[in-house]
Amino acid sequence: MDDLSHIVVPAQLSSLQKSIDFVSSFSQKTGFDLKRTREVELCVEEVLVNIFHYAYPGTQGEVAISCRTDPGKSLLIEIEDAGIPFDILSAGEPDITANIDERQIGGLGIFFVRQLMDRVEYRRRDNKNVLSLLAKLPSGQEMKNS
Amino acid sequence: MEISKRKEKDVLVTSVSGRIDAVTAPEFEKNLMESIGAGEKILLLRMNQLEYISSAGLRSILAIAKVLKAKEGKLVFAGLQGPVKDVFKISGFGSIFTIYDNEEEALKQF
Repeated sequence: MDDLSHIVVPAQLSSLQKSIDFVSSFSQKTGFDLKRTREVELCVEEVLVNIFHYAYPGTQGEVAISCRTDPGKSLLIEIEDAGIPFDILSAGEPDITANIDERQIGGLGIFFVRQLMDRVEYRRRDNKNVLSLLAKLPSGQEMKNS
Repeated sequence: MEISKRKEKDVLVTSVSGRIDAVTAPEFEKNLMESIGAGEKILLLRMNQLEYISSAGLRSILAIAKVLKAKEGKLVFAGLQGPVKDVFKISGFGSIFTIYDNEEEALKQF
């Protein structure tokens, strides 16, 4: 049966640990192993830090995080903010082959999200940014964990 | 996150454990920049106990590497595990930096 829960936190760096712990507990409920859980944590951190830095310039705001797990199968994470409209998916891809001198970090976070999540969708809903991340159990592990 | 350092000849062996995320990365960067400011030129980052790193941590590593390079120093890595190894691979850091399987192998090079 689906298990749904959500939290709302201030859009600031001090909310990161609480947010990651929340998502991480759902990752474990879904049956993800440590490796997949760390990947989920990484993607959620990258999205949240982006919101913390850019969504509410010069003002305070909130971020809502909801998790819906289908144990043994997948985890759907929705991250919602009421900040300036921004489609994180519109960011360009980083050049991951540049050397130390030329290398830039911008764009790397969302690159991780694209690489590691099974589906990433951005939409505007009720004047809010909504990013949904779908993480599936790696193929071959479904039987073992279901 | 915890950082411990010891000197092996000219190499500052720095072990970092726990998590380098957006919260801890500034402390990590400041800590290593202090060593570089004190004259350290060859840094070996031992990551056996590092369980997690995000792009904020990679940003710090890149900043440290750039400063060291300008001083004709070097930053190398050893003992990357699981998720950290994967992040290095996906980001391309695995090919722009020198990475050794373990500390012993790294120290043989200096």
